Amino acid sequence: MIDYSKVLNSRISAVPPSGIRKFFDLLEDMPDAISLGIGEPDFPTPWHIRDAGIYSLEKGFTKYSPNAGFSELRRQIARYLQRRFDLRYDPRNEILVTVGGSEGLDLALRCILEPGDEVIIPTPSFVCYGPLVSMSMGVPVYVETKAEDAFRLTAEQLKNAITPRTKALVLPYPCNPTGGIMEKADLEAIAQVLEGTEIMVISDEIYAELTYGGLHHVSIANIPGMRERTFVVNGFSKAFSMTGWRMGYLCAPKELIGSMIKLHQYGIMSAPTTSQYAAIEAMKNGDEDIEDMKKEYDGRRQFLLQGFRDIGLECFEPKGAFYMFPCIKSSGLDSDNFCEKFLLAEQVAVIPGSAFGPGGEGFVRCCYAASMQELATALERMEHFIKHR
Amino acid sequence: MDNLLQLLEGDCTLSKKQLAAMVGTSVERVEEAIRDYEKKGVIQGYKAVIDWDATDREAVTALIEVKVEPQRDNGFDRVAERIYQYEEVESCYLMSGDFDMTVIISGRTLQEVARFVSQKLSTIDAVKSTATHFILKKYKESHLIFKKREKQEEGFVFV
Repeated sequence: MIDYSKVLNSRISAVPPSGIRKFFDLLEDMPDAISLGIGEPDFPTPWHIRDAGIYSLEKGFTKYSPNAGFSELRRQIARYLQRRFDLRYDPRNEILVTVGGSEGLDLALRCILEPGDEVIIPTPSFVCYGPLVSMSMGVPVYVETKAEDAFRLTAEQLKNAITPRTKALVLPYPCNPTGGIMEKADLEAIAQVLEGTEIMVISDEIYAELTYGGLHHVSIANIPGMRERTFVVNGFSKAFSMTGWRMGYLCAPKELIGSMIKLHQYGIMSAPTTSQYAAIEAMKNGDEDIEDMKKEYDGRRQFLLQGFRDIGLECFEPKGAFYMFPCIKSSGLDSDNFCEKFLLAEQVAVIPGSAFGPGGEGFVRCCYAASMQELATALERMEHFIKHR
Repeated sequence: MDNLLQLLEGDCTLSKKQLAAMVGTSVERVEEAIRDYEKKGVIQGYKAVIDWDATDREAVTALIEVKVEPQRDNGFDRVAERIYQYEEVESCYLMSGDFDMTVIISGRTLQEVARFVSQKLSTIDAVKSTATHFILKKYKESHLIFKKREKQEEGFVFV
């Protein structure tokens, strides 16, 4: 009999299983439940993008792509980044096509971390950063952002978290689950702290296209002196509603890309060919789709924000992504309990803030990438739950 | 406020509260704007889009191309009026191209539609000829696809 506990890698075994799985298990037996749990666009991928994928199959384009991705796709990504965010990357050696943004995060961390290196991670934030750091033998250092700071990372907080072992900073903005963003001045303050150090920045910009109220995403790579230390991680999932295609990309100086390509080529080989053809179409002709979907999200955002406030829930106005992060402390329940009771009593799934690391307790995440009808019903049920519990 | 009409065109069941939040104004201002649109005839009505094929009710829809002799002074408008007054006429358009008007009519049976064309439409003086095309299957109407979207398997994924 093999003792698997001795066989399995201890760092991976030490990563706890996801605490929110139980909600999904409960959901399976509730066919009429409304789920605001999964952070995924509710639109199908725009037809012209799907069609480009289908057409590539019809033409028999089913072979491997180059390791770094098709050169046409990398060229289009470079143009898109310049057009939308004024970012300049050389498609020949500064862009790598990855299997979703997630692979990009993993590659960036793995290509720089030595055992014991510390990575600063602002929280509440997406759940993957800490485990990815740990599995690369690094040490996650969590910094709690606050609602009163609009969930931004402040220069002061960053300064206090830096030690001689600090290797990198993760910048998860626009932020899942808080909806917080970092504006140019906020990034400049962060840049001042980083200047003169060798601390790298992993900027997860997967929600870059989803900012509201006339605010546009600014990448830290555009702040003077930051480009040389920044990995820009982005992808097609959120902007083009392409989650299942698993299409992402990573931009960084060529020395860094060169190292990451090694990891990518041996572990992954190349991103899926069909998805890359669809992605080329998205980059070339998808700007309007982004705007249309964003307009739709913005309407839902304002409706849900107003609705939460009307029923007396304190709620930070999210300026990015597609999440609402209301404070549920007034219910007297912790976030995990709140979510479980809310799901059982009212059949609406939301995610406890505690799942997103330190600072998340007392909040719940509601994804508003759902239909207006679902949001309206969810709101009514939330009101009922809060008033009659 | 500029996208209020688009929002209503997309889904007229949105509540005033939803509309107000979505266009960033008060419920009162939305109500006022809608009243105004209704009064001016910008908003002509509110209807459900129904796929009758999904029910037990028999229904036939036909698209009729009509060639018309335009009349002095009134052009096509007078003839159009004589056509669209019929209850059976669902839509009526003046067209560019080989024929002059498109008339969409719906009835319970093929015979009912045929009777309308031969007895009512064709007998109007200015109508020179008609060509009736029966609709065999509706795939999409008013941006709505008449087919239940198949659902992809859903399982645990945390994002």
